[in-house]
Amino acid sequence: MFAQRPDPRPATVEVFVGDAALRVPEGSTAAAAVMLAGLPAIRETPVNGSPRLPYCMMGICFDCLAEIDGVANRQACMVTVRPGMRIAPQHGARAARVPA
Amino acid sequence: MTDLAIIGAGPAGLAAAIEAASLGLSVTVIDEQPAPGGQIFRNVERASSDPALAGEYGSDGAALVRRFRAAIQAGGIDYRASTTLWHLDTVGGVLSLRGESGTGSLVAQRVLLATGAQERPVPIPGWTLPNVLTAGAAQILLKQAGAVPRGRTVLAGQGPLLWLLADQLAKAGATPALLLETTPRGALRQALPAGLAGAGFWRGRAMLAKGATLMAASRRAGMRVISHVTGLRAEGEGRLQRITWDGGGSTEADTLLLHEGVIPSTHVSRALGLPHQWDETQLCWRPEVDAWGATPHPLLAVAGDGAGIGGWQAATATGALAALDAACRLGRLPEHARDSRAVPHRHLLRRMLALRPFLDRLYAPAPGVLAPADDDTIVCRCEEVTAGQVRAAAALGATGPNQAKAYLRTGMGPCQGRMCGTTVAAVIAQARGIPIAEAGALRPRAPFKPITVGELADLPAG
Repeated sequence: MFAQRPDPRPATVEVFVGDAALRVPEGSTAAAAVMLAGLPAIRETPVNGSPRLPYCMMGICFDCLAEIDGVANRQACMVTVRPGMRIAPQHGARAARVPA
Repeated sequence: MTDLAIIGAGPAGLAAAIEAASLGLSVTVIDEQPAPGGQIFRNVERASSDPALAGEYGSDGAALVRRFRAAIQAGGIDYRASTTLWHLDTVGGVLSLRGESGTGSLVAQRVLLATGAQERPVPIPGWTLPNVLTAGAAQILLKQAGAVPRGRTVLAGQGPLLWLLADQLAKAGATPALLLETTPRGALRQALPAGLAGAGFWRGRAMLAKGATLMAASRRAGMRVISHVTGLRAEGEGRLQRITWDGGGSTEADTLLLHEGVIPSTHVSRALGLPHQWDETQLCWRPEVDAWGATPHPLLAVAGDGAGIGGWQAATATGALAALDAACRLGRLPEHARDSRAVPHRHLLRRMLALRPFLDRLYAPAPGVLAPADDDTIVCRCEEVTAGQVRAAAALGATGPNQAKAYLRTGMGPCQGRMCGTTVAAVIAQARGIPIAEAGALRPRAPFKPITVGELADLPAG
C-alpha cells in the first residue's frame, strides 16, 4: 500500500477506483491511483484466479491490466489520470462485448 | 517523411534528437510517456523540486529535458508524446503508431531505437503476490505521484538503484525498515581486479563516492542491512505478509521491493529480427551494434541502455554518436566532420563506462536469479508457468524459449515474454547443459504492444 506525502504536488485530479473517489496529483497514472486507493487487487489472473497488483509500473509486466473508462485490458501504469476517470478491477479474461 | 525517427525520449533519445536537429535533420521522437525524460528522469518537469528527488534527477535530468524543449522551440523536432510504436516495416521504413488521436503511420529514412532498460526479473517464490514490486516501481510512484510505501517496507536484492531508492524514501519520510542484500560473500574481492584494470576506480571515483554517501545516509536514517542473503521467499495469503530467507531468517512486511539490476529492453529489436548476443558479463541479451550504434540492418540503430547497460550519461553519449552517424549516412555530414564531432562524446562514454566492469562483477545476479532452483517458482507471470514446468518441457525436447512457447504458452500472455523470456532461456540452458546463447532469445512478434481491432481498422488505407 502506498500513501501520498504532503508534497509540492497537490492531489487535484479526482478519479474513481472501483466505487471509491480519490484525488491524485496531475500527471499520475491510473496504476498509481490503484496503489493509493489501497485496493487488494486490480485483477485476478485468467489462469488461476490469483490476485495481482502493479509490479513494474513501467509498461513491462502487464500485471496492472484494468478496465479504464469502460475499456478492458488497459495497462493502468501507462494511462495518465483525467478528471472523472473510472478505474475498475478486471476479473479473469476480458469478456468480448459484441454489440446486439 | 522524417529523416530520423527516434523511439524513446529517455537520455539517449533526447541527446540524439538534440544533436540530429542541430545538424539540420528532421527528427520525430516517439515516446510512450506523456512527458520527456525516460524512466530515469520520469516526470522531471513536474517533480524536480521534490526534496526527496534532489541530486542528478532534479538538476541534470531537468537540464537535459530543458535542452530538449529548447531544441523543439528552435525547430526540426516533432515530439510525439503518449505514442506507441506497435509495428515497424524495416523494408520501407514505415512506423505504425498509436497515439492519443488514434493510429497512423510515419515513414523514416533512419530509425534509432532508444528504448532503454527494464529491471531484471527476480523470480523468487511469491513474487506475484500483491505488494511485491520492483524497486524501480516504487521510484516511479515517488516521481510520478509523490507517493511512498506505507507500513513496513523491505528492500531485497542488490545494485546501486536500491541504495539510491533507500535514500530517496528516507528523504521522503518513509525509510525502509530493512535491506536484504543478496551480493554473495567474496564478490567484492572477486570484482576488485575489474575495478583496478584500466584505472576504473580512479576514473569512476566520483561515482564511487556518491555510492558510499548513499549507503551511509540510508543506514544513518535507520535502515537495517542484512548481507549475503540467499533463498528469499515472499509469503502470505492473497497479499505479501512476510519474507523468509535461508538460515531461518524471517520478517513481517507490508511492501517488498525487489531489484537485481537492469537489462536492456530488447523487445522491439528482437521482434525486428536483429542479431543479439548473450552478454556473459552483464548476463543479458544485447543487440549487435558498431561504435556508432548502427546495427547490421541499413535502416536501424540502437543507442543507450537498450544496446547494453551503461547508465544515463553513457546513454547521452551513444545517443549523440548515433545521431552523428545518421547525419553522415543521410549525406548531411561528411565523415571527417562526423568523426571530429564524435570526440567529446567518446571521451564522456569512456569516462562513464570506467566503473562498469567492476559494478557488473560485484552485482552479478546469483545463478538462482537467472534460473530459479525451486520447481514451484513462477517464471511466466502472465500464464503462471513454473520453473518445474519449463524444466519438464526441456526434458521433453524444448531447446529454447521459442519452443517452450508452444509447449507451455510462456511468452504468449499479454507481456509477450518481456518478463519471462530471459528466465525461460536460462532454465532450459541449465536443464539441457547448454550455454544460454544456444537456448536463444525469445523472438516476439508485432504488434509490440496490444492494440484494439478498432484501432487497426482505423488505419488509413494504403
